[in-house]
Amino acid sequence: MSEFETVIGLEVHVQLKTRSKLFCDCPVDWGGEPNSRVCPVCLGLPGTLPVLNRKSVELGVRAALALNCRIAPFSQFHRKNYFYPDMAKNYQVSQYDLPLSADGFVEIPREEGSLRVGLARAHLEEDTGKLVHFAAEGFSGVDFNRSGVPLLEIVTRPDLRSPEDAYDYLKVLRNLLRTVEVSDCDMEKGSFRCDANVSLRLSGSEKLGVKTEVKNMNSFRAVERALSYEVSRQAELIRSGGAVVQETRLYDAASQKTFPMRSKEEAHDYRYFPDPDLVPTELDRVWIEEISAALPELPSAKAGRFQRDYELGFYDAGVLTSDPALAEYFETAARACANFKTLSNWITVELMARLKESDTPIESSPVPPEHVSELVGLIDRGVISGKIAKSVFALMCDERKPPSEIVRERGLVQISDESELEKVVEKVIGEHPGPAEDFASGKEKALGFLVGRVMKETRGQANPRLVNEIIRRRLSG
Amino acid sequence: MPAFQALNRLSAHELAARIAAGRATATAAVRDCLERIEKTDRRLNAFVRVDREEALEEAGRIDRELAAGRNPGPLAGVPVALKDLFCVKGREVTCCSRILEGFISPYDATVARKLKDAGAVILGSTNMDEFAMGSSTENSARGPARNPWDLERVPGGSSGGSAAALAADQTVAAFGTDTGGSVRQPAAFCGVAGLKPTYGRVSRYGLVAYASSLDQAGPFGKDVEDLALLLEVIAGHDPRDATSAPEPVPRYRDFLQADPASLTLGLPSRDTLKGMDREVAAAFRAAVDTYAALGAKFVEVELSSLEYAVACYYIVSTAEASSNLARFDGIRYGRRAPGVADLLELFEKSRAEGFGEEVKRRVLLGTYVLSAGYYEAYYGRALRIRRLIKNDFDSALAGCDCVILPTAPIPAFRLGEKIDDPLQMYLTDLFTISINLAGVPAVSINCGFTGGGLPVGLQLVAAPFREDNLIRAAALFEGATAHHLKKPALDDR
Repeated sequence: MSEFETVIGLEVHVQLKTRSKLFCDCPVDWGGEPNSRVCPVCLGLPGTLPVLNRKSVELGVRAALALNCRIAPFSQFHRKNYFYPDMAKNYQVSQYDLPLSADGFVEIPREEGSLRVGLARAHLEEDTGKLVHFAAEGFSGVDFNRSGVPLLEIVTRPDLRSPEDAYDYLKVLRNLLRTVEVSDCDMEKGSFRCDANVSLRLSGSEKLGVKTEVKNMNSFRAVERALSYEVSRQAELIRSGGAVVQETRLYDAASQKTFPMRSKEEAHDYRYFPDPDLVPTELDRVWIEEISAALPELPSAKAGRFQRDYELGFYDAGVLTSDPALAEYFETAARACANFKTLSNWITVELMARLKESDTPIESSPVPPEHVSELVGLIDRGVISGKIAKSVFALMCDERKPPSEIVRERGLVQISDESELEKVVEKVIGEHPGPAEDFASGKEKALGFLVGRVMKETRGQANPRLVNEIIRRRLSG
Repeated sequence: MPAFQALNRLSAHELAARIAAGRATATAAVRDCLERIEKTDRRLNAFVRVDREEALEEAGRIDRELAAGRNPGPLAGVPVALKDLFCVKGREVTCCSRILEGFISPYDATVARKLKDAGAVILGSTNMDEFAMGSSTENSARGPARNPWDLERVPGGSSGGSAAALAADQTVAAFGTDTGGSVRQPAAFCGVAGLKPTYGRVSRYGLVAYASSLDQAGPFGKDVEDLALLLEVIAGHDPRDATSAPEPVPRYRDFLQADPASLTLGLPSRDTLKGMDREVAAAFRAAVDTYAALGAKFVEVELSSLEYAVACYYIVSTAEASSNLARFDGIRYGRRAPGVADLLELFEKSRAEGFGEEVKRRVLLGTYVLSAGYYEAYYGRALRIRRLIKNDFDSALAGCDCVILPTAPIPAFRLGEKIDDPLQMYLTDLFTISINLAGVPAVSINCGFTGGGLPVGLQLVAAPFREDNLIRAAALFEGATAHHLKKPALDDR
């Protein structure tokens, strides 16, 4: 056991999937010409007022329900005051002591029993603009397209004990939020952002150590690596008699290290106070119940059902339900397939490897789910061997044709005609008398060689089970 | 008197009726106002911007509409003046602050939109205390406005330019905002009628905010009927203002005739009214007697929390202002300080150079009361006191139609008299501030003059969304008196 215990808490910001911004009608699409999606309200022009987008509250409630949070019947927006040029009003409208929801948890499924990560709160806030620096021209600009985009901030309790826990939590969280369709959770497009707080304490101690906040991580792996670096940095610091300084550090993906952020002034006093332009949000019980009733099946329930209904193991069920689109893919394929275990293998191993290579999401898979079911059917009925199936699958990906068509076009049907196979076996034994004698005198290993030669002679199309049988019969007779 | 009366001297309802009947044109009305402004505004400094060409063009358009038999709305052809914090598309809005110099609004405030839709013609922007912070219109980057009744005196504030312009017949109607008395107090000082609606009655969208939970736009009128007409036009729910109320807007002009016997007025205890100027007190007592003679009933009401109102107000309003004014930083619009080395200096210098003394004082005060460790002691406590004040008005107004109060404890004071003593200045808002904290509506009408000829204001306060009661009570008084007909002797003929 290590001398230190790692304590990690994560703050995740996800962009809610609304059509318009949190307090105005501007669209929220990603990218676009700078300042092309702005209006007097999200530019914070004098005299403008915010009006809350009801859809963002609904999405917030959906998320909160999926995160097992207590939804506040009465919540309030506060102003977080600080000067920064990316903010149109020099305050950010966020939630403070009356958040939309609090006290939830997320379960990370583990075979030995799931790990429960407590959530302090999940609240709504507006995004800020973005600074764009033109170093050569010597000036900076502000793009307010993101200004006022609705975000849900999800804050864990310090319940994570390792960078791996943090990685797993992020995957589970993203899956949950995608399943209930509140966010695309796309880190590259900024719709999922994560900051981490990390500290160490002596194993067995109750008291939290001094933490650092790590920012600028743009993938789940980056979060894991940044935390690993930070954990070892802090451990070395403490071991060598130093002390961890409470600070914000930025992760540098190239060096995989964290560096202290150039300190911004002194400690901020945000002077939070209730935004007088917005009335408190009062939520109707019945409305929340309606949202709750309309929630889709959550990943944990789905994984349980996959284990039960498709007789899959913990691992397979977990992988297949780790992403709503993947689970849907599997279920579509399963409707036309009787062999779920084989189907699961083809999807989680072959297909996913292929998708990963080309960085393609499952939604744009070159192989539709029905084709995978068909492929499994061809194997099960002995039309093609598993080995041939791999080549067929590669062609399915490249040519986007159903497997039966590929098999027919290329004559890849498995040879299960005994008399035809017996001829080939005779030929192989005649050419390799040594191994044949070895097998006949009891050396089992020689069988593999002989079967391999037969397969080669038939360009892989022989039914290997049958070839085995024929050779045994012929040489042990 | 000349044989004809210049159109600018008419009330809004009189002018609207004449124009609608074809007995006057919008263009003539606008010309009369522009001429009057030309002749008097060098002395008054009530306007900071006169949109001469736009106004004439708009008046011409309305005349053509009328000639074509169309009805451009209840205010067709009525010239109006707007305090320099109403955003009007394509026009500069500065709040009489250096920091907003050059800011052209790309959009219309809802009130401005409604006025345009009703056929009103916007003459221009009126002088005000910078960002509506003040009670004298002396805190203006454009120099002080003056009181038409005595040019050595202030017109009140912060909407002093609107009140002075109307009193001097430079316009036929005017609008201001009232955060702690900024419509009622200048109305009282200038001898015109002014109304602060219930919080939420009129949209705040497009009004540059001072203190969001207190600000309300309100009309200035030459008589009570004008207030009713103007309020009908600007009131109503606005989907762009989350704090605007969904309550339907009654036809306020239906309440101009009232039976005095059906009116019950709440009179605060003698203690509440202490500290008033002798002549103001006398005019107030005379007003009470007038109501009594008309047959109105009186009940005594207790407003004991009033003594905390000024302190409470200066915490709540400055806290909100410190945040509302944070956006003025020289980055995106308005005036940017030249010759700065870095971002922090840009913020600091732009604000240091752009804001006047009173604005800085209030921003600092507001920043302080919201600071960690002080929030509860100041802001948290002020919010609880605000609740007590609201309760006081609720119970007082449960037993009467209107509470009757002076508008200001003193008449218009001399320029420079209180400018160096902010606390003295703040106390002139004693009777108006609590109404904003309670969110209830109130009206100020002229109830007489001091020996020196300065107007004195009478204030009537009603329950939330009972502006009808204000109109009833005010119209009753006006019908029995002639104070409102008197014009300042600012003669130039």
